[in-house]
Amino acid sequence: MKTIRQTIIEKGNNILNVYFTAGHPTLESTEIIMKSLADTGVDLIELGMPYSDPLADGPTIQRSSEIALKNGQTISNIFQNVKNIRKTHQIPIIMMGYFNQMLQYGAERFISDAHLSGIQGLIIPDMPMEIYERDYQNLFIEYQMEISFLVTPMTSHERIFQADRLSSAFLYIVSQSSITGNQSGISDEQLAYFGAIQSMNLQSPTLIGFGIHDKETREIANKYSNGAIVGSAFIRTLENSKDYSATIQSFMSRLESQ
Amino acid sequence: MSNNNSYHVSESGHYGEFGGAYIPEMLYANVEEIRTKYLDIIAEPDFQEEFNSLLKDYVGRPSPLYLAKTISEKYGANIYLKREDLNHTGAHKINNTIGQILLAKRLGKKRIIAETGAGQHGVATATVCALMNLECIVYMGAVDIVRQAPNVARMQMLGAKVVPAESGSKTLKDATNEAIRDWINNAEITHYIIGSAIGPHPYPDMVTRFQAIVSEEIQWQLKEKTGKDHPDYVIACVGGGSNAAGAFYHFLHDDRVKLILAEAAGKGIDSGHSAATSILGTKGIIHGCMTLLMQTADGQIVEPYSLSAGLDYPGIGPMHAHLIKSGRATVYAATDDEAMQAVIQLSRSEGIIPALETAHALAILDRIPFKEDDNVVVNLSGRGDKDLNTYLTYIEDHKIQL
Ligand SMILES: Cc1ncc(COP(=O)(O)O)c(C=O)c1O
Repeated sequence: MKTIRQTIIEKGNNILNVYFTAGHPTLESTEIIMKSLADTGVDLIELGMPYSDPLADGPTIQRSSEIALKNGQTISNIFQNVKNIRKTHQIPIIMMGYFNQMLQYGAERFISDAHLSGIQGLIIPDMPMEIYERDYQNLFIEYQMEISFLVTPMTSHERIFQADRLSSAFLYIVSQSSITGNQSGISDEQLAYFGAIQSMNLQSPTLIGFGIHDKETREIANKYSNGAIVGSAFIRTLENSKDYSATIQSFMSRLESQ
Repeated sequence: MSNNNSYHVSESGHYGEFGGAYIPEMLYANVEEIRTKYLDIIAEPDFQEEFNSLLKDYVGRPSPLYLAKTISEKYGANIYLKREDLNHTGAHKINNTIGQILLAKRLGKKRIIAETGAGQHGVATATVCALMNLECIVYMGAVDIVRQAPNVARMQMLGAKVVPAESGSKTLKDATNEAIRDWINNAEITHYIIGSAIGPHPYPDMVTRFQAIVSEEIQWQLKEKTGKDHPDYVIACVGGGSNAAGAFYHFLHDDRVKLILAEAAGKGIDSGHSAATSILGTKGIIHGCMTLLMQTADGQIVEPYSLSAGLDYPGIGPMHAHLIKSGRATVYAATDDEAMQAVIQLSRSEGIIPALETAHALAILDRIPFKEDDNVVVNLSGRGDKDLNTYLTYIEDHKIQL
């Protein structure tokens, strides 16, 4: 199977990475949604592990997490979902969650089980880079687990280089200093920030996320990086969906350039 | 200096295995700015002068150390109450908000946010924002807005905006989540005044330093009264742990002083409705620090319960987690009912109506094997005005004859 990084580099641009919360709207929907995304031509799936206290997330992901937990979602069950779809689908999957979830599961067991289930990468936004490098990088390498770190408009150049060096999947460019789900449009300041990162000659491929919700914002992400990460806007369309496959197709066409 | 036997924070922000800063990148710049500057700013002579003069003339410090005769007789020791309830705004919380508002000004921040449970920290923050003419937004759980209504009114009177937190159990944890999200969204212009000894490093240490005035005063006040500069016991209630941290600070390395924490057992430790974090909790991350917290095997945070809004929190400050795990501090848990008994007792025997949080520290006195001439200091962290409605309802519901 190709790594996440290989997948991004081979295609080069217009990468679409779609995030959703595993277990929302229902436990049964997770595998259907993953397959449907893969069949619709999405390049990468970012699977959210629902958390009781998602500090970096806005109302949409808070709500989807709460529903997923009410549905009885567990980490083991998410691993099982991925294992199941691996029988038919090769789409790269990266899992996103909070550090406490990984620690309570047991860090090595978590990374190993994720690997065995067919998950290729992890994003843990509240795991400090220094701690990753000191305590976990070797485990990630041992289990061929890729990782992405986040940078924001407030991240110093020095730290951007550090995040670039440590990220083995892609560098996650957070488009604005905000929690997820903010749709305020993209300002000139943000464009300057994207441009500045573009000119840093980083070694990692980059994807832009947070606030990407339509054709226009996706085009900007495509222009300034290898592609876009779409989360809250997608989750909102799932909320009232009766037919996930149809919902996903119509959502994807909304994100496509003519 | 890193000293492995120290109960103070280490260079890396740890208390033993607890502490640290586990925050998303969106907060890194802000927390790092505070971390690299707070010690220098606090040490500046003009900061110290402004801090001390506000504590004296505005807060009304030093707060008295009062020998409570009736309860001393009852428990067979000399029981002194450190009267933080007599501070301006009615609790210890203002010591910290004065310190942090002076820091925020020096960092050039224009907008202040805070979380609050009992509302005492919210009032203390709204107060210093009024004093310094800064915008103030306070996040408060929707359940707490109802049970601590007088403090909501006070915050509004002081010009603060009170925003309800509607997620989870709609209490302190959820208010803290909302405050952190606000901070992420408005990081550049905003200072977040955390109200307890919790959060990512350097917050637990910074809050502790601002509260340390409590034990500094206890030292000289006790010396004046007894000739001894140290008590045999210091006892404080613990939510996140700011009043306890302040009352312990100058005695942390004095083995003659036993440190006692009182946490909230709610309806009973095994009732499923409790906030006894040190007993029910395991090591994990909450609000940016490694500490003890109530959680499931999958790392989901468990909703706590206590009648007392200020102790209704599923975590505990990392310094206290370390004090407990290392055996330096001992914890007792008091139920809602035991705390209410203590409220009634102190009101009737000493003429002091304590805050419901504080009452937990009074409720455990009968479990400690005092010797007759022991000097015991109980940190009377706040007054009970905010809780009168809860008290009167409880007394009526339980048909208590006064
Ligand atoms: C009077 C009083 N005491 C104690 C507390 C608990 O906080 P901490 O543990 O930080 O002292 C509160 C919190 O609201 C309070 O209002």
